[in-house]
Amino acid sequence: MTPLAGYLLLSALLFAIGLGGALARRNAIIVLIGIELMLNAANLNFIAFWRYGPNPEALTGILFVLFSIGIAAAEAAVGLAIIIAVYRHYRTTNLDRITSLKG
Amino acid sequence: MSAGFYVIAILIVGSAVAAMSLRNLVHCALSLAVTFAGLALAYLQLQAQFVGFAQVLVYVGAVAILIVFAILLTRGGDSEKEAILSPGWVWGLGIAALVFVVAGGAVVSSKLLPTVQRATPAATVKQIGDQLMTQYILPLEVIGLLLTAALIGAVIIAMRETEGGQ
Repeated sequence: MTPLAGYLLLSALLFAIGLGGALARRNAIIVLIGIELMLNAANLNFIAFWRYGPNPEALTGILFVLFSIGIAAAEAAVGLAIIIAVYRHYRTTNLDRITSLKG
Repeated sequence: MSAGFYVIAILIVGSAVAAMSLRNLVHCALSLAVTFAGLALAYLQLQAQFVGFAQVLVYVGAVAILIVFAILLTRGGDSEKEAILSPGWVWGLGIAALVFVVAGGAVVSSKLLPTVQRATPAATVKQIGDQLMTQYILPLEVIGLLLTAALIGAVIIAMRETEGGQ
């Protein structure tokens, strides 16, 4: 197994763990954590392809990851704010009990 | 494959599984911080030092703390004995396993991956700064605008509503 394939497999496994958690757990914050794990798996792919790809001096992978980290930070801030607003209304973060949009 | 890769991979996968499966939410958040730190180690192993330190600053430093705050602010209301998995969890885990099998199978069977070992590329902070200020100046400005809008939006969404309107 080449190092690139190893990192790609690690990234696929991380993505699957995040997806499984986001689909199977009840708590909204855990779902958000799963989404963060999936974003990080994509970042790992970018860096692995930059390191072992044919054109590393272009720095495209690194810059893409930097922008992606910025967007993920914005997403985390807005997502947690929405969770706090929903909690204030329903007094729960259990996604199965948050059933109506116009509560 | 070096031994360092296996150590980092076990650290990342183990802490990610813990972050997704533990019952106590604070433990989940701490496991998530360990996952982020492991990913920073992987970036350092891949010679992307700047990204590794950005990962430590943004994820371990900011996002993990933000998640801990959110967990502490939304405590209470849920009983301890409640099931942590949603009713359709078998489907969720099945879909996740299917995604891993498809993606992993594609990686293992792919003939497009480069097999030639190359010299270690260098990405100094000076080069990254040069690129950010010349070729990628427009995306940088857009990201700045997006972050400002997102932070203002987050504050407004989470602001406490007063009686009679906002």
